[in-house]
Amino acid sequence: MALLSINNLSIELAHDNTQLVKQISFDISEGEIFALVGESGSGKSLTALSILRLLPDALKISHGNVMLAQRSLFSITEQMMNGVRGKDIAMIFQDPQTSLNPVQTIKQQIGEVLRIHQGLTLAQAQPRIIELLTEVGIPEPQSRLSWYPHQLSGGQKQRVMIAIALACNAKLLIADEPTTALDVTIQKQVLTLLKQLCKRHQLAMLLITHDMGVVFEMADTVAVMRQGEIVEHNNTKDFFSAPQHPYSQQLISSLPDGSFFTNCATEQPLLEVSNLHVWFEQRKGLLQRVNSHTKAVDGISFVINKGETLALVGESGSGKTTAGQAILNLIHTTKGDIAFNGKSTSQLSARNFMPYRKDIQVIFQDPFSSMNPRMTINDIIEEGMVSLKVEPDKQQRQQQINSLIKRVGLEPEHLYRYPHEFSGGQRQRIAIARALSVKPKLIICDEPTSALDVSIRGQVLDLLLELQQEHGLSYLFITHDLSLIPQLAHKMAVMKQGKIVEQGPTQQVMQNPQHAYTKELLSAVPKIQSAT
Amino acid sequence: MKFTMLYSDGLLFVLIAAIFWMIKTIRTNPQTAKKWRYVFQTRVGCGSFIIIAFYLLIAILDSIHYRQALVQAPASPVSTEIHYSSEVKSVLDFILTDVKANVETTYSAPFALYSFAKENQTDSQGRVYRDYARLKYAGSHIVDPTNQTNDILVRSAIALGQGLIISLLVVGLINFLLKRKLNQTTSYLPLVTIYCTLSLLIVLNTWAIQLGGVYHIFGTDKVGTDVFYQAVKAIRTGVLIGTLATILTLPLAIGLGISAGYFKGLVDDVVQYVYTTLNSIPGILLIAASILLIDVYIETHQADFNLTIERADFKFLSLCLILGLTSWTGLCRLLRAETLKISQLDYVQAAHAFGVPHRKVIGRHILPNVTHIILIALVLDFSAFVLAESVLSYIGVGVDASMNSWGNMINAARSELSRDPTVWWSVTAAFSLMFVLVLAANLFADEVRDAFDPRIVKAGIFGIKRKQAQEI
Repeated sequence: MALLSINNLSIELAHDNTQLVKQISFDISEGEIFALVGESGSGKSLTALSILRLLPDALKISHGNVMLAQRSLFSITEQMMNGVRGKDIAMIFQDPQTSLNPVQTIKQQIGEVLRIHQGLTLAQAQPRIIELLTEVGIPEPQSRLSWYPHQLSGGQKQRVMIAIALACNAKLLIADEPTTALDVTIQKQVLTLLKQLCKRHQLAMLLITHDMGVVFEMADTVAVMRQGEIVEHNNTKDFFSAPQHPYSQQLISSLPDGSFFTNCATEQPLLEVSNLHVWFEQRKGLLQRVNSHTKAVDGISFVINKGETLALVGESGSGKTTAGQAILNLIHTTKGDIAFNGKSTSQLSARNFMPYRKDIQVIFQDPFSSMNPRMTINDIIEEGMVSLKVEPDKQQRQQQINSLIKRVGLEPEHLYRYPHEFSGGQRQRIAIARALSVKPKLIICDEPTSALDVSIRGQVLDLLLELQQEHGLSYLFITHDLSLIPQLAHKMAVMKQGKIVEQGPTQQVMQNPQHAYTKELLSAVPKIQSAT
Repeated sequence: MKFTMLYSDGLLFVLIAAIFWMIKTIRTNPQTAKKWRYVFQTRVGCGSFIIIAFYLLIAILDSIHYRQALVQAPASPVSTEIHYSSEVKSVLDFILTDVKANVETTYSAPFALYSFAKENQTDSQGRVYRDYARLKYAGSHIVDPTNQTNDILVRSAIALGQGLIISLLVVGLINFLLKRKLNQTTSYLPLVTIYCTLSLLIVLNTWAIQLGGVYHIFGTDKVGTDVFYQAVKAIRTGVLIGTLATILTLPLAIGLGISAGYFKGLVDDVVQYVYTTLNSIPGILLIAASILLIDVYIETHQADFNLTIERADFKFLSLCLILGLTSWTGLCRLLRAETLKISQLDYVQAAHAFGVPHRKVIGRHILPNVTHIILIALVLDFSAFVLAESVLSYIGVGVDASMNSWGNMINAARSELSRDPTVWWSVTAAFSLMFVLVLAANLFADEVRDAFDPRIVKAGIFGIKRKQAQEI
């Protein structure tokens, strides 16, 4: 007997009837974890929102029905629907930072659900709140009742969200990318918790995700969505061993292969970082005296050879990005030395660093904020060439831009468009073209693929690899995604709280980690044990 | 006849030259030209632009000043030197000569034949009685007062006919010119809206000129001057105070705001210190004090100001300057905050990584991305300054009393509205002209902002608004 069944659900734009979700149907039974997989814009979140009847006004449900325990959710009144939301169906959102109210205590926020659906006062609800917090694994729940969200870590916030969802013994839990905003190790903990809770309470869960690793570890059943349609629907085991639809095959095959390692190319050092410190001053009081330091980067050393890729791995806040900015001389180096081609660059003034700007370039994480929305693609690529005087002749320059844009897989007529007219993947290609325009020797890639969908991620990484072969580029690849590293990096360094805890050739570190933290990181990555 | 150039006239002409220069540079840049084309593609944008242009035209007409040569008295010895009248007139005065000359003794309602107050009069038998007197000029051609409605209707019909004929000619001329030019460059314009707005303006004008000559269409004020004439003359004051004061705030707000947000540190501290200090002084007090200083200056330098209008003009310009100097803090604060945000974005970091110099980063990456804030602030300030002028007139530190302004008119309405029956026409005339100007400016700014915000793609060009589609 299915707990939730969706029949022929269609959603369209209210003003021009563009179909965004096309006739999808699936059932979820009690205790089942149902994963809805797809790339951004495929209609996963819309499906989830329509179950709760929370679609934005611009959209309407044109067709279909949703049944929860034999009751049609589309035919009841809004007031009855309010009784369903939070009580029978609970939802966990992607970002715990924004889904908790920053001015209310945890007790008030969990208590609110109990007050609305069970009529309990805050005092009456207290034992239940403590019980819930214990269940989701928050230590010392008694003393944390009066805490505010900002006092909790990201993972703990997500646990509180889960506690709110569990408060009224919901039958169905909708989790919309519940771990995307979290670090790998915390993701692992939260997923384990969710799985335990589902088994313990016979909860049905609709898990929305784009991460195939998460699907493999969590789900009983998988449905793949693409452009508003479910293209494949199968149980997890069969799905991963024998995907039927070409798109599912592509999704699985675009996952990086964990068993292939690249080898070191040369032994000529290009960038040598030794004992690098970047400390930010914390000023306090009336006279703004420096009273302590935030040690973002605290004594790291590594070497990148010509034509080589070093992957710098770590969780958010570990100082990876700061290290990259220090190499680019965008922030001041407190102590230590950075040498490029044997010459020290870390203490140079902005003017004296200018010759090196040509050699060291950067690609950013967010393809949407890395380009000025008011400049054409041509202007964006040309800017660096002009200011670093790479090609003084205007016609020559234009030719180079044209060949660059073709090289990264776009057309020359795209040059006169604006960034907002491109998708995330295309923008990242433009960002690569921009970095290449000044013919650099080293590119710092700051999580260049973390904002992209799986299939596009593969294409962008392939492009980076090809360019490395063609131009003998070196990369400093900053990432938190360990699954990318084997096919990409020759060496890797693991960072934690501003220090490098382990570094060495990728194969050695990945297969035989020495440090406890590296081991923890590696074990936390959701993996697909391929059945083949 | 001798042309006289007041300082504010000069500034207005500089402003107009700047607008033409802007149009010329925009035409050379196809991307910006395309965006402005979006503005004029919309009906609201086009309609409000025509209305603003009309106000500007009146302001220009009112800014071409001249002094008439005095007719030499026949008794005086013949001399080659020509003396000029001390009264400085503008082209607008010339157009409205009839309206201006018809000065009654006191208040009269719109289209009234009789005065608003009773007067002592003598009848044919020499007896003195007290009654509402016939007005000296308004409707003096009407013998039988009962025919007045007929007369108004006939004249309105004539005015309507004339107006329609003129607008037909104008529309025909524009159509002819557009047809002769390249078709594709102008085909995007919403022609129906343009023609309708133009015709409406032309008909209203012919009607006002036709009836304004024989009636007081907005009544008269306390000393019998035509309110319609006052309200139209006040357009120049309103337009100038709005634009000049706003333009004065811009360099301070943009320069200080952006450099505070971009360079941070010491620069930021200094700028913040300056604007918090300025903000903590009550604005009205500062303006009042400065205006009094200006008054003293004018008193002690009598020789520099030969004509009343020159004194009024000097005071007016100082008012613009002071308003501008005290009101830049709001925009400055907004720009500082926005620049702080933008300078952390990846594209600014990328520009640093390319070694782009600071002035280019500001000019190319920061300034274009805060223009929407500047545009909005510009229009809000414009309307705020038009309103501020009336507040200042209320406490007696506004523009000179000899200068027509909506503020002075609204100020006078204080006592007029407390009379019974109420004298409502003066404030109504000022209010409606001000309202139309401020509304048109706001609507136009909305369209400009929509066109220049790259995240909004206008409907009708790509089918749906992209921004919405992306969010879904």
